[in-house]
Amino acid sequence: MQENNSIGIVAPQIAHFNAPLELKSGEILPQFDLVYETYGTLNADKSNAVIICHALSGNHHVAGKYHADDKYPGWWDNLIGPNKPLDTNRFFVIGLNNLGGCHGSSGPASINPVTNKPWGSAFPIVTVEDWVNSQARLLDYLGITQLAAVIGGSLGGMQALHWTLAYPERVRYALVIASAPNLTAQNMAFNEVARQAIITDPEFHGGDYYAHGVVPRRGLRIARMLGHITYLSDDAMGEKFGRKLKDTIKYSFDVEFEMESYLRYQGDKFAGEFDANTYLRMTRALDYYDPALEFGGDLSKTLSNTKAQFLVLSFTSDWRFSPARSREIVKALLDNESTVSYAEVTAAHGHDAFLMPDPHYHAILRTYLSNIQVGCNHAE
Amino acid sequence: MQNNVNITNSITRFRQDFAIIANWVKFGSKVLDLGCGDGELLQFLRGALETKGYGVEKDDANLLACIKNGTNVIQMDLEDGLSGFEDQSFNTVILSQTLQAMHNTEEIVLEMLRVGQEIIVTFPNFGYWRNRMQINAGRMPVSKALPYQWYDTPNVHLCTINDFDEFCKNHKIEILERRVITDGEEVSFLPNLLGSLAMYRLKTK
Repeated sequence: MQENNSIGIVAPQIAHFNAPLELKSGEILPQFDLVYETYGTLNADKSNAVIICHALSGNHHVAGKYHADDKYPGWWDNLIGPNKPLDTNRFFVIGLNNLGGCHGSSGPASINPVTNKPWGSAFPIVTVEDWVNSQARLLDYLGITQLAAVIGGSLGGMQALHWTLAYPERVRYALVIASAPNLTAQNMAFNEVARQAIITDPEFHGGDYYAHGVVPRRGLRIARMLGHITYLSDDAMGEKFGRKLKDTIKYSFDVEFEMESYLRYQGDKFAGEFDANTYLRMTRALDYYDPALEFGGDLSKTLSNTKAQFLVLSFTSDWRFSPARSREIVKALLDNESTVSYAEVTAAHGHDAFLMPDPHYHAILRTYLSNIQVGCNHAE
Repeated sequence: MQNNVNITNSITRFRQDFAIIANWVKFGSKVLDLGCGDGELLQFLRGALETKGYGVEKDDANLLACIKNGTNVIQMDLEDGLSGFEDQSFNTVILSQTLQAMHNTEEIVLEMLRVGQEIIVTFPNFGYWRNRMQINAGRMPVSKALPYQWYDTPNVHLCTINDFDEFCKNHKIEILERRVITDGEEVSFLPNLLGSLAMYRLKTK
């Protein structure tokens, strides 16, 4: 079943942009690359495009595999494919790696064309607003005026929300999942600890570790371990590991509990494949996003120009992006008499739930997406 | 408008209460339906009166049904109040045959009056003679309107029409209109005895 409705073998593409991009910080990226993948076919009137905005550690490889023997498909493969909730028989789906990323889009680890060396610490701090602007440039490049939908979870949900603010005419539907209109102090505090772990790693070298042939692996590993704790609920960790020991108590600081084994495995895996400078920038983008700030904190006023229809979705056990934060978005949309539905999915897995194929969650997405009208289909 | 009458006729064969609610809701107005189920009433009002509406629903299956038929639905528990809704932000707030199953009965009515310019409350009349007969026979009433046994009923705050009239009086709630139905027919004589379903249109005095 899983294999039958897989999108199959996919390949990334690179779009190069020569026109400069002005960033929120005031800095200017004179040129940049975005790596992206597409699934399905853009229809004749280009009305079936859906963009997937990724979260902290995501990338453009959202669905399918590069090679038949890849161990894992893209990170949201359970959602996207023929006859899946986001049905590629109907929709043309775009996944991209955000600016500042480490999977092929311009970022700290990529080569600065001016110096011919890795950007490192010189790569600017990018924001959710910058990402949405760069995504709009990608749409221009693909000849798409309006998205059928923008979908994102967590940090991706912030981008989905921001699309409706920055480009109200270019989005018909926004699916904002397990997200928030800004981060709470507690949420930002986790990010700060993660960044401190990286920055104080002796191999960080002020962000220019590439030149030294090292990576701040220990810091990144700890940052990821911390992240993983916050993505799971207490119950989910209890169910998954409880107080289970690997062997017997040894009165040591080695891996003794199953939970420790899991965290170390996740930390090691991540530190081996992700760039620390990217991690710093992704967490900062989370911290900085606060669209209501320029409206005196009034989210209702902030959302008053949106035209999209919204599905806002949260998970009961998610404490990092709690349902209460999603309800703030819903309230602001209700104040504006926007077209909005809100689902609070009962799920045990905490923030991670948004990536899992919970049947009710996926039924909601499938049903909602199947109601989105797309114009004349391709080659029919 | 001719079309609307036809829609009304076709649906009212089944739901006389919908027809009465439709008469109480203004064309093009903004409606909040609390405990909206699968969104049937909102769909009906949207079709007949081009209302802009939202439903509030707790149940997962009902939420999914609303999303399927394109009804705006907000998943939340009415027992927590209506904190996500601004004062007087709806023309009409409806609580259809849900009052009797609420724990925070008093609070929800007051919340509805806060959020809605007018509110519509309907409930099964416990004073209906068939209920009284069953009580007289020494049993808890079970009927089409109250289809539960005493041990599995969600209904925790059943009341009679007289009780609710008194409730409105004590809470300074103005009864703009009251209609009573039994088996789809309106009842005007001895409503608290002969009426099965009570329907009220209310606002704050």
